[in-house]
Amino acid sequence: MAELTLPKNSQIDKKAGKHHPAPAGAKNVRTFKVYRYDPDSGANPRVDSYDVDMDRCGPMVLDALIKIKNEVDASLTFRRSCREGICGSCAMNIDGTNTLACTKACSEIKNEVSVLPLPHLPVVKDLVPDMTHFYAQYASIEPWLKTDTPAPTRERLQSEDERAKLDGLYECILCACCSTSCPSYWWNGDRYLGPAILLQAYRWLEDSRDEAAGERLDALEDPFKLYRCHTIMNCTKTCPKGLNPAKAIAGIKKMMVERNT
Amino acid sequence: MLGRYYRFQLTSVLSFAHRVTGVGLSLGSVLLVVWLLALASGPWAYEQFAKHLSAWYGQCLLLGWSWALLYHLCNGIRHLAWDLGYGFDLKTAYRSGYAVVVASLVLTAVAWALACLR
Repeated sequence: MAELTLPKNSQIDKKAGKHHPAPAGAKNVRTFKVYRYDPDSGANPRVDSYDVDMDRCGPMVLDALIKIKNEVDASLTFRRSCREGICGSCAMNIDGTNTLACTKACSEIKNEVSVLPLPHLPVVKDLVPDMTHFYAQYASIEPWLKTDTPAPTRERLQSEDERAKLDGLYECILCACCSTSCPSYWWNGDRYLGPAILLQAYRWLEDSRDEAAGERLDALEDPFKLYRCHTIMNCTKTCPKGLNPAKAIAGIKKMMVERNT
Repeated sequence: MLGRYYRFQLTSVLSFAHRVTGVGLSLGSVLLVVWLLALASGPWAYEQFAKHLSAWYGQCLLLGWSWALLYHLCNGIRHLAWDLGYGFDLKTAYRSGYAVVVASLVLTAVAWALACLR
């Protein structure tokens, strides 16, 4: 059910934020305002500001976060791995929109750089959101090849055109930037699958080798799972991989209409 | 909460506006019913109703309602194109979004110009 405000113990305590100044002599300084929450302390979340000497820092927001963790505050917690936009671990809300910290250049942002965890997911610590529900939703669409025909003696082949249908779908890294940018997912995320999972569902519906399209569409034919998409298009706007979940969802809706006519 | 920490952008603003104008139009249809009731109740009732509607607050209400109607209509056409599978390219979606805003304002101006010139 939609909640309009955060519970009292989850609201940002505006007075509690700490300021960490840049080392003396730094000329090219930028301020990073980073969301901090420690479940062990029992205190409300706060926003700490860190002044970073950009002459001694890499170009990406992730570089700055790693520098802060290494040199200023080792307790700062965030997920990261590949640092090149492939793993999707460092998805977070930067400068008001969701993106990957590793592919977002600090120079793209004016003034202070605000860094928050992905919106509307429970926060485990600092910038680490709880993705359990998101992954459970992914599992619910059964994201694997399903067939009835006996397995051939070699690979199941696709034509070039059939393979091309998966372009713009298979590249999704499940970072959840799109789902957590969607107002509809903010309000009904418990039952609405959200753009990322629906794009994945469409990936299997469009796969020429998959033989369970009817079954998959049956599972999606639900006022909440699929039809909470109102074509807001925040998902497409924010996708760090340049994919188009809104278009994929429209593809599923079209399949629904086509099979009923 | 409603985008408190998420940047407002054309995509979400137009979507919210579509919903808000939709709710506004539902309320506005009550006004339409009251107009018909006043018309059916005779000259005195209609005169009272017309007096309020031609006052500044009535005119503001009508201006807002006519824009809401035309915005909802234009954006509704945009949604029909989406339902057919067209216009999902981000660039196209932004262009059609701005087009809807401009078209709704122009149509409102035309409607009021026609009404005032009569």
